[in-house]
Amino acid sequence: MMELIFALAVGVLTASGVWLLLRPRTFQVIIGLSLLSYAVNLFIFGMGRLRIGAPPVLENVEAVDPALYADPLPQALVLTAIVISFAMTALFLVVLLASRGLTGTDHVDGREDAR
Amino acid sequence: MSSGLPLLAIVALPFIGSLVATFLRQDARNGAAFLAGAVALCGAILTAFQYPAVGRGGVLHATLSWIPTLGLDFSLRMDGFTWLFSMLVTGIGFLVALYARYYMSPADPVPRFFAFLLAFMGAMLGIVLSGNLIQLVFFWELTSLFSFLLIGYWHHNASARDGARMALTVTATGGLCLLVGVLLLGHIVGSYDLDKVLASGDLVRDSSLYLPTLILVLLGALTKSAQFPFHFWLPHAMAAPTPVSAYLHSATMVKAGVFLLTLLWPVLSGTEAWFYIVVTAGLSTLLLGAYSAIFQQDLKGLLAYSTISHLGLITLLLGLGSPLAAVAAIFHTMNHATFKASLFMAAGIIDHETSTRDIRRLSGLFRFMPITATLAMVAAAAMAGVPLLNGFLSKEMFFAEAAESHVDSLLDDSLPYFAMLASAFSVAYSLRFIHGVFFGPPPTDLPRTPHEPPHWMRFPIELLVLVCLLVGILPAMTIKPFLAAAVRAVLGPETPYYSLAIWHGFNEPLLMSVIALAGGIILYWLLQGYLAKGIEGPPLMRRLKGQRIFERVLVEVSWRWARSLERVFGTQRLQPQLRLLVAFSVVAALWPLYRHGIEVGSRPDLAFDPAFLLLWIVGGLCAIGAAHQAKFHRLAAMVLVGGAGLVTCITFVWFSAPDLAITQLLVEIVTTVLILLGLRWLPKRIETASDDLSMGIRARMRRARDLMLAVAAGAGMSLIVYAMLTRPLPDTVSRYFVENAYAEGGGRNIVNVILVDFRGFDTFGEIVVLAVVAVTVFSLLRRFRPAPESVEAPEQQQVQDAYDKAQPDRSVGDTLADYLTIPSIIMQWLFPVIGIVAVYLFLRGHDLPGGGFAAGVTMSIALILQYMAGGTRWLEARLRVLPIRWTGLGLLCAAFTGLGAMVFGYPFLTSYFQYLDLPVIGKVPAASALLFDLGVFAVVVGATVLVLIALAHQSLRVPRAARPPAPVATPDLTKENA
Repeated sequence: MMELIFALAVGVLTASGVWLLLRPRTFQVIIGLSLLSYAVNLFIFGMGRLRIGAPPVLENVEAVDPALYADPLPQALVLTAIVISFAMTALFLVVLLASRGLTGTDHVDGREDAR
Repeated sequence: MSSGLPLLAIVALPFIGSLVATFLRQDARNGAAFLAGAVALCGAILTAFQYPAVGRGGVLHATLSWIPTLGLDFSLRMDGFTWLFSMLVTGIGFLVALYARYYMSPADPVPRFFAFLLAFMGAMLGIVLSGNLIQLVFFWELTSLFSFLLIGYWHHNASARDGARMALTVTATGGLCLLVGVLLLGHIVGSYDLDKVLASGDLVRDSSLYLPTLILVLLGALTKSAQFPFHFWLPHAMAAPTPVSAYLHSATMVKAGVFLLTLLWPVLSGTEAWFYIVVTAGLSTLLLGAYSAIFQQDLKGLLAYSTISHLGLITLLLGLGSPLAAVAAIFHTMNHATFKASLFMAAGIIDHETSTRDIRRLSGLFRFMPITATLAMVAAAAMAGVPLLNGFLSKEMFFAEAAESHVDSLLDDSLPYFAMLASAFSVAYSLRFIHGVFFGPPPTDLPRTPHEPPHWMRFPIELLVLVCLLVGILPAMTIKPFLAAAVRAVLGPETPYYSLAIWHGFNEPLLMSVIALAGGIILYWLLQGYLAKGIEGPPLMRRLKGQRIFERVLVEVSWRWARSLERVFGTQRLQPQLRLLVAFSVVAALWPLYRHGIEVGSRPDLAFDPAFLLLWIVGGLCAIGAAHQAKFHRLAAMVLVGGAGLVTCITFVWFSAPDLAITQLLVEIVTTVLILLGLRWLPKRIETASDDLSMGIRARMRRARDLMLAVAAGAGMSLIVYAMLTRPLPDTVSRYFVENAYAEGGGRNIVNVILVDFRGFDTFGEIVVLAVVAVTVFSLLRRFRPAPESVEAPEQQQVQDAYDKAQPDRSVGDTLADYLTIPSIIMQWLFPVIGIVAVYLFLRGHDLPGGGFAAGVTMSIALILQYMAGGTRWLEARLRVLPIRWTGLGLLCAAFTGLGAMVFGYPFLTSYFQYLDLPVIGKVPAASALLFDLGVFAVVVGATVLVLIALAHQSLRVPRAARPPAPVATPDLTKENA
C-alpha cells in the first residue's frame, strides 16, 4: 500500500511538472522543472526500494550486514542531484530575467504567439 | 633504419621549414625565400643521393612506429618512379622558390606564402613517398588544403576566394571518394601496405568489389588532375600567385592524379572498365582543353586549359593499358612539368612587367624583353611538340600508341584522328601564345614600359628550357637512365622495349606529327580574323560553364535543401520541441510495456500508514495547485511548490534517507530565497477577464493535448515505479559500499563515504559544475537589464517613501530602515547559531547524517539571512563575503586533496584515514576525505552565496531598462553644471 501511494505521488508530481513544462510562460516552466526534479529524485530514490527505520549509517562496524541498511547508492546519487537542481534553477531563473528584460515578454520563445 | 633516415628527412624538412617560416617577420621576404630555397635544395640533394639505391630497381623503406598497438606505422618507400617524382617536386620547388623571391611584392606577407608553399611541398612529397595507402590519402587531402590556402593567398580578392573554395570543394570531395576507394582496396588485399597492394593486381581485378573500387579511386584521381567533367576548377585556380600556378597547378599537385593512376597502374589497369572510363575521360579532356585553350584571352587561362589538355593526354595514355603507353605517360609527365612550369613563369614575368595578362592588350613584347621571349618561345615550341625538344619525343610515343590497336572498338579505331586533331589544337594555341604576345606592333595602352626582369628571376626559366633542349636533343645521355629506372619500378617484368631516339625513320608517327604541325599552323591562320575580335570564351561552348553548374549545385545542396529540411523537420519554438520530446519519451517507455506486458512483483508490501496517505494527499494537491496557479499567481505557486518539496523531504525521512531529507530541506530554503529575489524583477501578469474568453478553439485543443500528455507521462511513471517497488532488490554494487564503508573509508555514514571517497571523482565533477553555474549566473547578471516595468522601486517601498515624505519629521528611507526590526535582530543573533550548526553538520558528516553539501547550504543560509536582516549595504559595510574566493579555494582544496594521493603513489583522490587520539576529546577520525569534504563545503557556500548575492545586488545598482520605451528628452546636465 505504501508503495502504491509512493508510486502515485511520483505520478502526480510528474504530471504536474510535465503540464507546466509545456506551458508558454517562463515562470511556469521553472516551477514545472522544480516539480519534475522532485519526481525524478523520488524515482531514483525509489529504485533502492522503500525501507523504514534502516538508514544507511553503520551501527556495528565489526560485522556489517548489508541487509540491515537501506540501499545507499541511490541516496548518494540523489543527494548531489538536489544540489545540482538548485544550480539549474538559479541559472534558468537568471536567463529568464534577462530574457524578460531583452524581449519584453515572458514567453518561452521570446515573442508572443500570434493568436 | 640508417637507409630510412634520408627519406624521413625529405618529407619532414619542408614541414619544419614551413613552421619556421610562420615565425618570421611579415617583411622577411629574403629570409623566407632563402629558407624555402634551401629546404627544397636539401630535399633535391638528399633525393639525388638515393639514386644509386633505387636506380637498379631497388626499393627503399623507412618505417616509424606510430600507434604500435593498432599496428599503424608511418611508412615511406621510394622506388625508381617515386624517385623521379621527388626530384621533380624538390627541383621545381627550388626554382619556384627562387622565382617567387622576385615575383612576390614586398607589400605582401611573404613568409606566410613560403610557409604554405613549403607545407605543400612536404604534403606532395608525402603523397609521392607514402608506403601506406591511408597515409597517402592523408597527404593527398593535405595538398588540397594547402592548395586552397595558396590560391586564396590574396584573400582580399573575391575571385581568389571563390577559386580557392571551388578547388578545395572539388579536390577534397574527390579525396574523400579516394579514401573510400582505398579502404575498399585495402579490404580486398587485406593490407594497406603499398608493396603488398602492388603485388596483388590479379586478386584486385578478380574481386567483385573491383568496379566500385576503380570508380572511387578514379573519382579521386580525375578530380585532382582536373579531368573532364571536373576540369573547371583549374582555370579558376589561376587567381593564385603565378609561382603557385607554376608549381601546384602545372608541375606537381595536378600531377598527383596521374601519379596515382601510374602508381596503381599495375593493380587496376588492364580491364575493359578501366579502358573505357579512363580513355573516355582522358580523350574528352585532351580535346576539350586544347580547343578551349585556343580561345582564352588570359595568358594564364590559356596555359591552364593547355595543362588540362596535357593531363588528359597522360590520362589517355594510362587508360590504353599497354606498357608502352605507360612509358609514354611517365615520360610526358616529366616533360610537361618542365615546359609548362617555365611557361607559367614567363607569363608571370610578362604580368609583372606589363601589369596585364590579357592577350588582346599584349603584343610586340619581343623588342622589350628578347631573352624572356626567346625562352618562352622555345618552351611553347616544346608544348606544341616541335622536333628537337622534349615535348616532341613523348608526343611521338603518344602518336605511335594511338595508332596501335588496344581494345577493338570504334573508340580505339578513331584514336589516331583525335590525337592529330588535339595536337593541331595545341600547335594553334602555342602559336597564339608566341605570336599574340611577342610579335606584332608594340603595345599601346600599357601602364609602363616593359623590360627584362632581374636575372635571377629569369634563371629558373633558363634552366628549365635548357632541360627541354637537352632532353629533346640528347635523350639518351640525359633522361634515359632515370626514365628506365622509373619505368622498371612501375612495370616490373612487363617493361617493354622502347627507343628514345629522335629519328626513327619515315614512319606513321612522324607523318602524324607533320600533319598536326601543318594543321595547327593553318588552323591558327584561319582563326586570325575571329581571334582579332577578342571575344571571351570558346565558340560553341560559351554557354556551358562548369563553374555555373558547380555553384548552382552548391547553392541547391547547402542552402535550399538545408533550408527546406530545416523548415520541414525543425522549429525554433520551444513548446513543440518539448512536446515532441515528452511524447517521444512516453512512446519509448510504452513500447516495451506493449511488447512484454507489465506485472507486479512479489516483494512484500510495507504496512499501510494512513498518515503517509494524508501526507501525499497534501503533497499531490500542492503539486496540482502549483501547476494551476503558476501563470498568474506566482507567489502562491512558489509556496505550493515549497509544500510539495516539504512533503518530499518528509518522505525521505520516512524511508530511511536522513541525508537526503536534510539536504532537501536546506536547498528548499535557498531556492525559495532565490525565487523571491528573482520575482522582484519579473513584472506581474495581471489576469484579465478577456484572458479566459478570448482563448480560441485551437488554444483549448492545445491545452487538452498537453493535459493528456502530462497525464500519460504521470501514469507511466507511476506504473514503472510501482512495478519496480514491488520487486525484490537484486544484489548490486551497493553491497560493496556497505561492507567497505568503514573498513576502507573510515566512516559510518555510507552515503557520505560514497560521496567523498568511493565516488569522489564524480563529486569533484559535480562541485565543478556548481562553480561553473555560479560564475555563469554572476556574469550574466553583471550586464543585467531588467524589464522596463520593474525598474521602479517595489510598490511597498513606494508607499513607505510616500509616507516618509508626507511626515515633516521623517526623511525618505526611515520606514524602510525600521521595517521588520525585531525579526531582523533575531536573524542577526542567529548568525553564530546557524554557523555552529553548519560546522556541526560538517564534522559529523562522515559518521552521521550531514556532510559537506548540507553544511555548505546551511552556511550560505546563515550568510543570506544577514543580507535579509540588515540589507546589502549594512552587511557589506561590516562583513565582506568573497564568494568567488570561497568557490576557488574550495575547488583547489578538493583538487589538492586528490593530488595528495598521487604524491604517495596512489590514484587521484584515494583517501587515507587514521584515528587520532586527542587529549580530552578522545578518539577522532581524521580521514583525508574530510579535507575533500571541506572543499565541497567551501564550493557549495561560495556558489550558493554568489548566486544569491549577485541577484540581491541588482537592487543596489541604478537599473537601466533593457529597451527604453520611447526617447525621453533628458535635461542637459552639462549646461546646468556650466
